[in-house]
Amino acid sequence: MSAASAQITVERVTHSYRPPRGRTVLALDEVSLAIAPREFVALLGPSGCGKSTLLYLIGGFLPVEKGAIRIEGAPVAGPGPDRGVVFQHFALFPWRTVRANVRYGLEKLGLAREEQERRAQAYIELVGLKGFEESFPSQLSGGMKQRAALARTLAVDPKMLLMDEPFGALDAQTRSLMQAELCDIWRRTPKTVLFVTHDVQEAVRLAQRVLVMSARPGRIKAVVDIHLDRADPHIYRSSAFAEKVDEIWGLVRDEAIKAQ
Amino acid sequence: MKYLPLLLLAIAWEAVVQLGLISRDLLPSLSDVAKAGWTLLREGDFWTNGAASLYRGSVGLALAIVIGAVLGIAMAWWRAVDAFLGPLVEALYPMPKSALIPVTVLWLGFGDGSKILLIFLGCMLPVTLGAYNGARACEQALVWSARSLGASRLRVLWDVVLPAALPEIATGVRTALALSFVLLVSSELIVARAGLGYLIGFLGEGGVYDAMFAVVLVVAFLGFFADRLYQRLVDRLLAWRA
Repeated sequence: MSAASAQITVERVTHSYRPPRGRTVLALDEVSLAIAPREFVALLGPSGCGKSTLLYLIGGFLPVEKGAIRIEGAPVAGPGPDRGVVFQHFALFPWRTVRANVRYGLEKLGLAREEQERRAQAYIELVGLKGFEESFPSQLSGGMKQRAALARTLAVDPKMLLMDEPFGALDAQTRSLMQAELCDIWRRTPKTVLFVTHDVQEAVRLAQRVLVMSARPGRIKAVVDIHLDRADPHIYRSSAFAEKVDEIWGLVRDEAIKAQ
Repeated sequence: MKYLPLLLLAIAWEAVVQLGLISRDLLPSLSDVAKAGWTLLREGDFWTNGAASLYRGSVGLALAIVIGAVLGIAMAWWRAVDAFLGPLVEALYPMPKSALIPVTVLWLGFGDGSKILLIFLGCMLPVTLGAYNGARACEQALVWSARSLGASRLRVLWDVVLPAALPEIATGVRTALALSFVLLVSSELIVARAGLGYLIGFLGEGGVYDAMFAVVLVVAFLGFFADRLYQRLVDRLLAWRA
């Protein structure tokens, strides 16, 4: 893909951090990638490979020190509602009810109160949380919390979704359900998705393209295109699925061992 | 039934005095204290002095809470503020604030001003420390979420950092509330022309011990009642906690 048609471009980004006590750690080493509008890309790698760091850089939460990150041609200058973010541990505001959490971004947009309520309700129903509008996050299960967080992010209608291991804290059944729902939502309202995960099956299940990262310092080791029917509920049973998982697992295994 | 020991203590108090085990000069009987208290209530001494104390206590405490919370959050958020104020807070925290009584009187005289300043200075630091610790513990992802949902850098302090720090602030305020009673009554005892502490000192010097005990009991009860009321309020305000 040419850089001109890309929505997110990362050019030779190098990033290091310094723990409170200890030496500087090189997290990302000359990483480049480009993501097209409405593309679903998974960023796959062993823990500590810098994949979340890359997502935070694109999100504008960390400053780009070396290289460049552009969103629709413009260098990233801080976070913004064009890039919705979903975190592994939900990051719901615990003092706000589900409804008030979903309404938060709509308040910041300065919408009229009725419009806020109408849109919040629509997204709460989209993620299947009708009846839990007045619950506080502490009263919800992990899966419900992540649904609420997803509704909050989707409600402001971001062009891009940055998801940082969003289902990593959920049990296997809930994770599988949430994956199917994310596919469904993405098909209905296509958005550019960058999905960080260390789960090979999840990456193959969800993404059109999987970027495999090496162990620290993180580099893009391989790019694998996936052509599977994501609407198929039995996608896991197909041989094409198993082949892709094998292929990618072969790429990841060495890195996972290195990362241990 | 939780307060049965208090009832037993009250009965024991009445009994030891009525039986002559303790001289009435040292400890008036509870029934005399109650009678004297009733007279104070009816004649209005209690109300005028109580109003003076209430005014000083609530203004001083309100200032301590607002300014203390702002300082604590600012210290947690801006390294420069922390570098400047951190050592001051650390040095002043263990100081007995009652030592400031003569200083505040020197600056602001015998009236309300010196009491309010004393309570403000004495009660601010527990709130500051609570706000500081609470704000420091605020999850990074919460701040980032708010930013990516369109909140400005400064707006995040109000929308996210302050509510995240509230449970710790509430603990600091509880300490401040108790401290405010100590500082209020002791400063009024030493230099004042009105207030419940002043009334205790005035009655004591005049040898009206039953009335003096009545005011002491009222102050003790007010402290207890304020704490309970505050706990109720916090439980309601922070109902979102698991």
